[in-house]
Amino acid sequence: MSRAWVFGDDVDTDQIIAGRYLVKLDPRELAKHAMEAADPKFASEVRRGDVIIAGRNFGCGSSRERAPLALKAAGISAVVAESFARIFYRNAINLALPVLTCAGVHKGFKTGDKVGVDVRGGKVQNLSTGKTFKAEPLPDFLSEIVHAGGLLRYMKKRSSF
Amino acid sequence: MGMTIAEKILARASGRKQVAPGEIVEAAIDVAMTHDIEGPMVVQGLRELGAKKVWDPSKIVIVFDHQVPANSIDAAINHIMLREFAAEQKIPNFYDVFEGICHVVLPEKGFALPGRLIVGTDSHTVTYGAFGCFATGIGSTDMVAVFVTGKLWFRVPESAKMTIEGKLPKRVGSKDLILKIIGDVGADGETYRSVELVGAGMRYISMEGRMTMCNMGVEMGAKATIVPPDDLTKRYLGGRAKGAYKPVYADADATYVEEHTYDVRNLEPQVACPHRVDDVHPVREVEGVEIDQAFLGSCTNARLEDLIEAARLIKGRRISKGVRMLVVPASREIYLEALRQGILSIFAEAGALIEAPGCAACLGGHVGVLGPGEVCISASNRNFKGRQGSPEARIYLASPATVAASALKGKITDPRDV
Repeated sequence: MSRAWVFGDDVDTDQIIAGRYLVKLDPRELAKHAMEAADPKFASEVRRGDVIIAGRNFGCGSSRERAPLALKAAGISAVVAESFARIFYRNAINLALPVLTCAGVHKGFKTGDKVGVDVRGGKVQNLSTGKTFKAEPLPDFLSEIVHAGGLLRYMKKRSSF
Repeated sequence: MGMTIAEKILARASGRKQVAPGEIVEAAIDVAMTHDIEGPMVVQGLRELGAKKVWDPSKIVIVFDHQVPANSIDAAINHIMLREFAAEQKIPNFYDVFEGICHVVLPEKGFALPGRLIVGTDSHTVTYGAFGCFATGIGSTDMVAVFVTGKLWFRVPESAKMTIEGKLPKRVGSKDLILKIIGDVGADGETYRSVELVGAGMRYISMEGRMTMCNMGVEMGAKATIVPPDDLTKRYLGGRAKGAYKPVYADADATYVEEHTYDVRNLEPQVACPHRVDDVHPVREVEGVEIDQAFLGSCTNARLEDLIEAARLIKGRRISKGVRMLVVPASREIYLEALRQGILSIFAEAGALIEAPGCAACLGGHVGVLGPGEVCISASNRNFKGRQGSPEARIYLASPATVAASALKGKITDPRDV
């Protein structure tokens, strides 16, 4: 069962993965330090399939792709936020980490709530409270990239190189 | 229908007559930049894809700047990997650890030209907009697509306009102005937008000052920050420009979703307080906060003009006892010129540490890392929690003049009082 990890507005890329870890290329190494500055317990307690619920402007700051990579490697299955910073958003899609923009979602969850995310249907459910939130659907071609398993697999599939 | 600068550049690069905000276009990239942090991820992605050759080696620029010289075995391995890649792909514009920060090196070497479409694997790629080009940050996987195909998809952004009126007062710089703007609009105030910085006031702001302003556009979420080219642009590019260029200007009937006007004649020195870039106050309101470190460096504020401004305050004085002042000229060109002009000796004699050009303390991964509870006043661009080291350190962002004044007094100080 997926659990929610709730964060506030303007969670920046330094909180997601700090600059001093950017020399690492191994996603498992990055996962050990995911969200370290925001919540030091996150990396040790997060479980495969968990979901991040956040406020506005999630992922602001750097273009470091290790930010969504670290979250994905830590087991995060989707990020649902009131809004996203643009580079993080693109990077997450390119790595096939679903990112859903969803108004009102931040106030609708506490950390530890059970959560259900239907990426294709654009539906986010708090299974602990029974409330459902409607997310903005991903534009078709972004959805295709996510479902292909990321931009590189999408390119391979279409042999567009 | 009239178009903004961003719309015109994206229309030209995607081979269309007209584009409108919200449209998705596939555009041809004029310059693609990567560095020693994201570059290895790009190389890994190319291998995963099985791509053997880049689309056009002459359009790729690689700069080592984040960990220069290498400060760990991991960093050294990344450098080796990227050096080998540059050699194997015969990339002519490869700048090893000697040249400085990518966002200062690309303009110096004449890659940032009016009308161009430039992408870089760094969020501060928006800096090049100071030259009237559309420049934006992307991640490493998007860069793999660019390296292989020479193209990338873009959603045409809405444009906003900031009109600057008047001349900045003494000891008040372009950094103070951009901090003030970010404080007003908020850290996501311009998300996805292209922001044009226009008006008579911009004509008084040097190319260096314009780069400082465009650089921090991303701290309000902007996809691009663009200054229409003028005589100053042309003068800077003389003898530098790599290739011909054609300036692009907005049509009189172009559409802007938002317009702001700033009269800067009475602007005061500003500071962004921890841990938010948009928690901006006049320096007067936070004066007296004791500091442990003063950092004069980064792609935001370590160009020659910034070093000269800080040196004017420091000359003949001593850095406050117990304060570590780090001066990191942004590029080799700047380092050499500061050396010739005696600027570096002013800092050294005052007790500052001078480091080799690079990103240095800005991102907490190289020199000048902060410990728990420490306070830094920084001429860089981000004061996020943990940015320069410990998440329990606090970073205040300010102009080079405010950084220098604070280093002298050991506490946050208005540069007009020194």
